[in-house]
Amino acid sequence: MNSKYTLLVCDGASCKTTHKANLAAGFKKVIAEKKLGEFVSVVKTGCFGICGQGPIVKVLPDDLLYVSVKQTDIEEIVEEHIKNGNVVKRLLYTDPFTQEPVEKQKGKKIYQKQFRIALRNCGLINPEDITEYIAVRGYEALASVLADKTPIEVVELMKKSKLRGRGGGGFPTGLKWEFTAKQPGNEKYVICNADEGDPGAFMDRSVLEGDPHSVLEAMAIAGYAIGASQGYIYVRAEYPLAIHRLNIAMEQAREYGFLGKNIFSSGFDFDIDIRLGAGAFVCGEETALIHSMEGQRGEPTKKPPFPSVSGFRKKPTSVNNVETFANIPAIVLNGADWFASIGTENSKGTKVFALAGKINNIGLVEVPMGTTLREIIYDIGGGMVNNKEFKAVQSGGPSGGVIPKEHLDTPIDYESLKQIGSMMGSGGLIVLDEDDDIVQLAKFYLDFTQDESCGKCTPCRIGTKRMYEILDRLTKLEGSPDDLDILEDLAVNIKNSALCGLGQSAPNPVLSTMEYFKDEYEAYAYRKVKHTYSIITDKCIGCTKCARVCPVECISGSVKVPHVIDESLCIACGACYTACPVNAIEKP
Amino acid sequence: MLLDMILNKYPAQEDSLIEILLEFQDAKSSHFISEAEVKQIASYLQISEAKVCSVISFYTFFRTEQKGQHIIQVCRGVPCHVTADINIVKIIEKELGIKVDETTENKKFTLEYTSCLGLCDKAPVMRIDDKIYTNLTENKIKAILAEYRVYN
Ligand SMILES: Cc1cc2nc3c(=O)[nH]c(=O)nc-3n(C[C@H](O)[C@H](O)[C@H](O)COP(=O)(O)O)c2cc1C
Ligand code: FES
Repeated sequence: MNSKYTLLVCDGASCKTTHKANLAAGFKKVIAEKKLGEFVSVVKTGCFGICGQGPIVKVLPDDLLYVSVKQTDIEEIVEEHIKNGNVVKRLLYTDPFTQEPVEKQKGKKIYQKQFRIALRNCGLINPEDITEYIAVRGYEALASVLADKTPIEVVELMKKSKLRGRGGGGFPTGLKWEFTAKQPGNEKYVICNADEGDPGAFMDRSVLEGDPHSVLEAMAIAGYAIGASQGYIYVRAEYPLAIHRLNIAMEQAREYGFLGKNIFSSGFDFDIDIRLGAGAFVCGEETALIHSMEGQRGEPTKKPPFPSVSGFRKKPTSVNNVETFANIPAIVLNGADWFASIGTENSKGTKVFALAGKINNIGLVEVPMGTTLREIIYDIGGGMVNNKEFKAVQSGGPSGGVIPKEHLDTPIDYESLKQIGSMMGSGGLIVLDEDDDIVQLAKFYLDFTQDESCGKCTPCRIGTKRMYEILDRLTKLEGSPDDLDILEDLAVNIKNSALCGLGQSAPNPVLSTMEYFKDEYEAYAYRKVKHTYSIITDKCIGCTKCARVCPVECISGSVKVPHVIDESLCIACGACYTACPVNAIEKP
Repeated sequence: MLLDMILNKYPAQEDSLIEILLEFQDAKSSHFISEAEVKQIASYLQISEAKVCSVISFYTFFRTEQKGQHIIQVCRGVPCHVTADINIVKIIEKELGIKVDETTENKKFTLEYTSCLGLCDKAPVMRIDDKIYTNLTENKIKAILAEYRVYN
């Protein structure tokens, strides 16, 4: 028998929900039954970032991953691997390129180009046990800052590292802290923005679930730097597991004296509270967020004054994003020069992206700034599902745009993405293939923004609604070529006149798709789009599968006789297309 | 009473309004906030009723009409939309005989949309009360609903 094993069982929300059963408990039970307790320990960890294949179990020291592990596999893993030292090949992670099972995690392509700073502990420590965080030098950064540095020196360190905010805007964190620190008065606040409302983004959730202490530690460092003794985490109520883990982490940190009065006997006091969001996307915007924390409607206000001057309770406040915070303890421990040596000229360090859509390795990746989209999608992401043709990738959510094939080799950082009409945003990357309709996608985003518009300013409230109506008209084949000009005009006007970032960036999905996929808009405008599905009679074998899945029951025919779609009723949902075993359905 | 109990946990400051509303609505079985309750909350926090109403109307989480015992929320995020090759909402609408934002006659289910739940890697996703269901297929949805019909 091998010396001593550790089983890391993923306990992120993603893996947790796939199988309601508790894998960690299952392992413990089987291990106890087999009396192997002294040879193996079971640890619950945060997300490994390849959630598409969860639940995941990692075996140390063998450095090997089992994927899609079910309750019924536990017995075999314990018996074969732990007891007899044999790898259970059928559960191994498979490389999407070579289709070969991978025995060593380090050899996996998905990890090769990655560089983990913000996610450094996710998947490696038990987020509900502070001693594991301490074991990986947790709270050492806070201790060293309190012992050896003045607040001004901390600000200087952050400035030197050139860390920029990961919440979307990319504002230099050191400068933000400096402004806040310089304000008069001694009532100041640190706020962690964990509202993560962009559809398709889940990196902040993963950090909070996988490594909550790094955020708490960084908030305390921020408090020391700007002169605040109270911090708040504004987290969306859609993230119950993250909230639960944060509460546990705060309690443990208080117990150990890392939060509360007189931290590390330095005379510095700092504590943190949680505030919940109630389902309004605009509350991710910092001024709206602050109003929401004050129990008001979450409407943004004009800047200046910036929160660093007049924020929560009208006091100087530094609002920073979860991922921004997660970088900070690592910067303190390794030095500003180390951090500034990673990345591109103007964007330092790494960025976490959430890969979703039609890609093989769905999940989180963290790469140095300046990595190209091609590397992210093909080398790390494992390429397109079913080898379909890549069409575009949507980045930056409802404020961003699409990036087509010709820009796949752009090294990504804040500036380069803006230049090609998209933006970093929070880091959601949604990969689209040839089957996806770009105009429908733009309509989807506009539907989202017009719904989430807080209604305070006219360009956003009415303008986005009108844009949505035009897109709706176009996609129903009721539009006209003039609509394209109106749409573009409207988009530019809203961009220039809206009050907050939501409205100012709401037209981006339309503008960028119009730039790269104008022909698809034109096809709709000139009504050249065939907008229903139809059956190729020669190919149809009459299996009835399509008729059974059609939600509007517009397919008729009897067994073994070619079927027909009533195109006046077809809603173009595509269900029949997916169901057909012989490719006899023609797409619009 | 439920509301009294919840109010007493929070300081009588305007700051607490959203937290109170969230906790109360979640705990109450019909999942909505009535006019009488608005009054009580306003008087506890010493703010106007109009203020409470304006906050309730702003946030999508808050409801002012009686809802079903179970609230089904289907994710409307883009990843769920592009990944799903079935129409989740249509399937549920057909199963329950209601449209989005409606409640079944027996007050058992309400169907709603939700914004992204951050589980896009397991798309398509829906939530019933505080349980999350991922990687949905038509059969899975039917089985889940059947379970709720029988056991809950
Ligand atoms: C409409 C809108 C939504 C936003 N949503 C978020 C969000 O979900 N999370 C976030 O951290 N920042 C969000 N921001 C950016 C914040 O306003 C703010 O710039 C950020 O929290 C600052 O933190 P950072 O400097 O660390 O990036 C949003 C901005 C706008 C205009
Ligand atoms: S889009 Fe559905 S969970 Fe994110």
